[in-house]
Amino acid sequence: MSRDWSLLLGMLLALLACVLLWVLHGALMDQPGPRLADLAAANVPYSGVSNPVTSVLLNFRAYDTLLELAVVLAALLGIWALGPAVPGFQPSGPVLASMVSWIVPLLILAGGYMLWVGGHAPGGAFQAGALLGAAGVILRLGGDPRAGLPDETMQRWLAVAGTAVFTLVGLALAAAGEGFLTYPTDWAKWLILLIETAATIAIGVTLAAAYVGGRP
Amino acid sequence: MTQLLLLFDVVLLTTLLALAVAAVTSPEPRRAVMLFIAFGLWLSMVWARLRAPDVALAEAAIGAGLGGALMLAAARRAAKREAGDSTESAGDSGAGGPPA
Repeated sequence: MSRDWSLLLGMLLALLACVLLWVLHGALMDQPGPRLADLAAANVPYSGVSNPVTSVLLNFRAYDTLLELAVVLAALLGIWALGPAVPGFQPSGPVLASMVSWIVPLLILAGGYMLWVGGHAPGGAFQAGALLGAAGVILRLGGDPRAGLPDETMQRWLAVAGTAVFTLVGLALAAAGEGFLTYPTDWAKWLILLIETAATIAIGVTLAAAYVGGRP
Repeated sequence: MTQLLLLFDVVLLTTLLALAVAAVTSPEPRRAVMLFIAFGLWLSMVWARLRAPDVALAEAAIGAGLGGALMLAAARRAAKREAGDSTESAGDSGAGGPPA
């Protein structure tokens, strides 16, 4: 890039930063108008979970979370489109290998706990999926070229599982006359748990496959 | 107690900004990624201070942990590609050991 262009780019970025600061200043100085927080907090008991963050993410604004899962899936498709994966690391020595064999089951257990605890305390599908993905990263660093993932067909199914289950639940509810992703109060807990379980597995597989970095 | 917390916040924020500037201005990709991981962990403490434990967890696990691992792998690949033009063997500047 020539010098003039980088100067122009710098000036434009500085201008953008000024606009952002101005907007932030305006938002901070402004009196807080009517917000949705009170309405959301009043409806948490009917959402199926008692953690307000999870009730917003998986119930009140479930559509946003569905699109987030689709974004993660699209990123993985982009990585797979780049070509075959590079070779992994050489098999680890005995010290690292024994640490890996300890830490991977612990991470899977912690992921399951994180998924379950998301219903009533900080936690949830993304954090639990990140723990599963971390288990895959550690397996690959320890010498497993596939990061503990199953074969290619299974990987494809698992990677779409989160988005697919989420969409199917939404469509089934719409077909039952409830509206897209509008859970009946009695079933909300179990539907949310079903979606979060599928999302956790999908996010874990996606993150581990992204670390492998190529078509399986 | 309040003043101690204020001091803690000021130290937290100045270190966060210093880490951000250091990560952006670092000339070497691998160093920049390591500074970015430190920045992510530090930012998760800021989120915890703002009483947002959900965001703090996600930031530490995804932003710092897996994002850092992905970027380290990308830096290793880029270095390998650059070195691959001249020699075949100079590729092991990566995240844990030489490639098999």
